[in-house]
Amino acid sequence: MPLLEDGQLVPDTWTTLDADSPLPATGPVIVPLSRLEEGLARAPGEKLGVALAPDTEIDTLRTALPRLSLVAVTFPIFRDGRAFSQARALREHLHFTGEIRATGKPLPDQYEFLLRCGVSTVALPAGSDPEIWARAHTRFRIAYQPSVRGERAEGFTMRRVL
Amino acid sequence: MPDTIPAPALPVGHYGYDQVDRAFLADRVEQFRDQVARRIAGTLSEDEFKPLRLMNGLYLQLHAYMLRIAVPYGVLDSRQMRELAHIARTYDRDYGHFTTRQNLQFNWIRLEDTPDILARLAAVDMHAIQTSGNCIRNVTCDQFAGAAQDELVDPRVHAEILRQWSTLHPEFTFLPRKFKIAISGSPNDRVAARFHDIGLVAKPAPDGGTQFDVFVGGGMGRTPIVGVHLRDDLPEEDLLAYLEAMVRVYNEYGRRDNIYKARIKILVQALGTEGYRQKVDAEFASMNRARYRLPPETVAAIRARFGTPDLNAPDDAAARLDRARRADPAFDRWVRTNTHPHRAPGYISAVISLKPAGGIPGDATSAQMDTVADLADRYAFGEIRVTHMQNLVLGHVRQDELHALWQALRAADLASANIGLIGDIIACPGLDYCALANARSIPIAQKLGARFASPELQETIGPIEIKISGCINACGHHHAGHIGILGVDKKGEEFFQLTLGGSPGSDASVGQILGPALPEDATVDAIARLVDAYLVHRTGGERFLDTYRRLGAALFKDAVYATA
Repeated sequence: MPLLEDGQLVPDTWTTLDADSPLPATGPVIVPLSRLEEGLARAPGEKLGVALAPDTEIDTLRTALPRLSLVAVTFPIFRDGRAFSQARALREHLHFTGEIRATGKPLPDQYEFLLRCGVSTVALPAGSDPEIWARAHTRFRIAYQPSVRGERAEGFTMRRVL
Repeated sequence: MPDTIPAPALPVGHYGYDQVDRAFLADRVEQFRDQVARRIAGTLSEDEFKPLRLMNGLYLQLHAYMLRIAVPYGVLDSRQMRELAHIARTYDRDYGHFTTRQNLQFNWIRLEDTPDILARLAAVDMHAIQTSGNCIRNVTCDQFAGAAQDELVDPRVHAEILRQWSTLHPEFTFLPRKFKIAISGSPNDRVAARFHDIGLVAKPAPDGGTQFDVFVGGGMGRTPIVGVHLRDDLPEEDLLAYLEAMVRVYNEYGRRDNIYKARIKILVQALGTEGYRQKVDAEFASMNRARYRLPPETVAAIRARFGTPDLNAPDDAAARLDRARRADPAFDRWVRTNTHPHRAPGYISAVISLKPAGGIPGDATSAQMDTVADLADRYAFGEIRVTHMQNLVLGHVRQDELHALWQALRAADLASANIGLIGDIIACPGLDYCALANARSIPIAQKLGARFASPELQETIGPIEIKISGCINACGHHHAGHIGILGVDKKGEEFFQLTLGGSPGSDASVGQILGPALPEDATVDAIARLVDAYLVHRTGGERFLDTYRRLGAALFKDAVYATA
């Protein structure tokens, strides 16, 4: 699945596991939340990510988070905007500095929102045109509210330069 | 390309855009042009295009696309009104419809024209952003803001701050459902604060600043609920942080499995006021408050982008108005019904009724829009307000010029003397336009308007609010009508159900169903009998609502269901 970072396609070094597939002893893997303990039991230094459901409370990751390199949030449909709040809570409340990956079915028109909520990579849905995503990334020059990206303030209001 | 229209230095009554704001709007228009092109080319499916067009106020209705244009906090300048008139003439059928959310709708728009229409709007600092979709909608405001004698704080500066904050908000643009905020600065609630997802009432803080009463979880629709009072001491500097917390809790926990259970009112009912408050407080406590702080300098800077009227009436303005009223009884009646006291000596606010007898509530032709724009320039600093009752207001009119204004309005068929009276009906577009409706709201409004056309009769009946919705989504606010009328479908026939006792104001209440729905041809007569019963039973200057509250439904039920 193509992976997008800063509007560019990048190689995906992670393996995403479902509930049943065997856990490799080494290499970066993303496990479902139900297998978090299993993942954490691997050798220290093995990179681990966890995939959340939209209704997962972010606070449940509080203890494990320092040992996680990646958190995946998901859009089962593009209209389900809970992942925006999850991403922002990860950055703002838990000060997570690792990769936040958006999965599922987000639209390119949501790309800037994803970034401004703290998402770093997007696993592009099947059939996506990366060009349209890249264009969405450069579409707006100004936003009207502060975000977790800490953009520069513009002039006298709450505006930020993107 | 849009004509180049010189921008006034700073418009009176609303925020004046600068080049940065204009660049943002230009980006937005190009984004939508791209989306429309992708839709026409077929790379966007209708399912994918729908939320994007909705984010630009474009609905697909029964017969055509409808474009809903935002009028932030209901304030327009004359230049903007003329552009709306131009769009009505060029792209629609020569009229527009002012809505209960202080916006303007065009009902006959072609998809391929919308990017050009949005570009024209952008040229006068207007847009259709977030006038639909599951996002924070246009923030509505008191139509007498900045003018009313009873006002404590002009809420429009904070309404503008909320407009900016909510514009393409990265986290809150795909909420469980739409989200409506109203703000007032008067203890007399004219914005229906308790019928909004969030209602704010601004008031002076003990330290001389501003603080807010916060209501949450009010709404109409299928489940009418009066909002609950969340707190009464929200400091201005925490306004955005606290709203972020309120909306975030909703985004996380609001239901997404059933659109009829997805509004914040359902969440607040499910958690209980205390449960919801605890979640909001916990979120608020863990937020980066410095990031979301609204400093007084920002408020002052945004306030400085508002033009202010130079209020300077001659000393004898009030005396001259008195003389004109004594000399002209028809004018005197219009002044009694269609004006509101102003804070400044010698000034008054004038309401332009868009409810002519037998007309369609809220509709205005392009010629009427142009007339209002001209009159606003001549008499009211170029400022026009749209009310949630679907009328227009000139906020700052010199009392000695009111008679001349009235004469000009009368010449344009805009001087109906019926504000707050039985002819001042709210009606949704209904089955004449809307894909959701079960019944036609507009013909009932027209028949009621014609039945009670006499200004003398209307004034005798006194203050009464009739509100008509063509389906249970309640866009015509029937739950909050003193008399509410709900269109229902019974085996293909249109029937109308009456509710009594609703009120949108500080004494907010939800109307109660009176009895079985009535056939269309019996509804107007039934309401006439109901009004007669009120006239018989009222005491003193009692409003219909107060008589109903005092005596209950029984006598009205008898009157409505009496068989001839």
